[in-house]
Amino acid sequence: MALTKYNYNSFDITPVASKALAFNSDADGFTTATEGDMVLIKTLTASSDSTLEFEDGTDDVVLDNTYPIYLFKFINIHPSGDGVRLQFQGNAAGGSGYNETMTTTSFRAFHNEAGTDADLQYVTGTDQAQGTGFQDITDYGGGSGGADECASGELWLFDPSSTTFIKHFMASASTYLNSDYQSQKYHAGYFNTTSAIDEIQFKFDSGNIDSGTIKLYGIKDS
Amino acid sequence: MALSKVDYNSLNVTAAASKALKWNSGADGFETGDVAGALVLLETQTASSDDTLDFTDNIDSTYNEYVFKFYNIHPATDQAHLQVNFRDGGSSYDATKTTTTFEARHNEDDTVATAAYDGGGDVAQSTGIQLLMSYQGNDNDQSCSGYLHLFDPSSTTFVKHFMARTSSVQYDNRQRDNYIAGYCNVTAAIDGVQFSMSTGNIDAGVVKMYGVS
Repeated sequence: MALTKYNYNSFDITPVASKALAFNSDADGFTTATEGDMVLIKTLTASSDSTLEFEDGTDDVVLDNTYPIYLFKFINIHPSGDGVRLQFQGNAAGGSGYNETMTTTSFRAFHNEAGTDADLQYVTGTDQAQGTGFQDITDYGGGSGGADECASGELWLFDPSSTTFIKHFMASASTYLNSDYQSQKYHAGYFNTTSAIDEIQFKFDSGNIDSGTIKLYGIKDS
Repeated sequence: MALSKVDYNSLNVTAAASKALKWNSGADGFETGDVAGALVLLETQTASSDDTLDFTDNIDSTYNEYVFKFYNIHPATDQAHLQVNFRDGGSSYDATKTTTTFEARHNEDDTVATAAYDGGGDVAQSTGIQLLMSYQGNDNDQSCSGYLHLFDPSSTTFVKHFMARTSSVQYDNRQRDNYIAGYCNVTAAIDGVQFSMSTGNIDAGVVKMYGVS
């Protein structure tokens, strides 16, 4: 049986460039719809993984000049160890190794469940000054100490494909600390390189990512 | 020659209001869905002298992150606090929480500019409300806006993290920038979120709930 093919102008609506086809608000006709400006690119789900990588051009990952801003969201990240921090690093296009130079800041607010300890403080131990190590993005999270303990948050990466400017990033996270504290931790900084960054890797400073999800989104500029 | 146009009800899928036409996951049929884009508007509530704004629908496992954006929340009473609480089953908004909060503030006359931990705004294993903004002004032009992220509320394995940031004009004409984060220390699913004022009602304002796909 021959199929009847419908062409772009076969539908009862005037085509509009770059718009989607949708049903109208009464569900009794067609309309056009605009695509959202925040586009899910890739979801990685950890299962006792030592690392999770987002590499441009690999496994449908886009991390280039397609978007000016990228957003990673990490949800219910549960470590195999106890008192460990989720970290990230970048790799420059054409480079080898996650070891880009960074200068960063780190501060946190914390509060214990007993209600006896709470403060806001700069954390010198988890910032970097022209370091090439992995950068913390969560606090000392629980894992083996409690099956319900985890961290969630987000990491923004700005214009990673620029070959003119350094590359800024900003992260915030809520962490269940291994000592039964809630921590609200903030990190920001820049990859101090004019090379494009096209690969990002996440890992814990010790042990595996037992479970959790990291999603990568692209934010359109128009 | 006149074209014979395909009508909306000619396709092998049930029309759904404001939904896009998509191929299904097997690429062997049609389905309706949201237009590509990760932020999906689920519900909008507009306050009109309401004691509370309750979100009880659509908070489930469909999305593993929900975002509430609130615009121009105007209290009926001067110096009232905007607050939130979470429901973990049942009918009461009383999920146990441990949180942190810190703030920056700056007076319009430039006499005060500080940043500090807010020990009066956090809670430790409390079932009571969590402050989102304190001492709001209620002049006609004064309001509070901000957002609240709630992560994976349907998990029955993990605690439920949330993170919020709010900006407000306070009663004494100062800008206040609040940061709040914490977790509902329960493994029951969170199935409701309630916004309220510490005294009086929510005179006006809009709260929108989105799912993040």
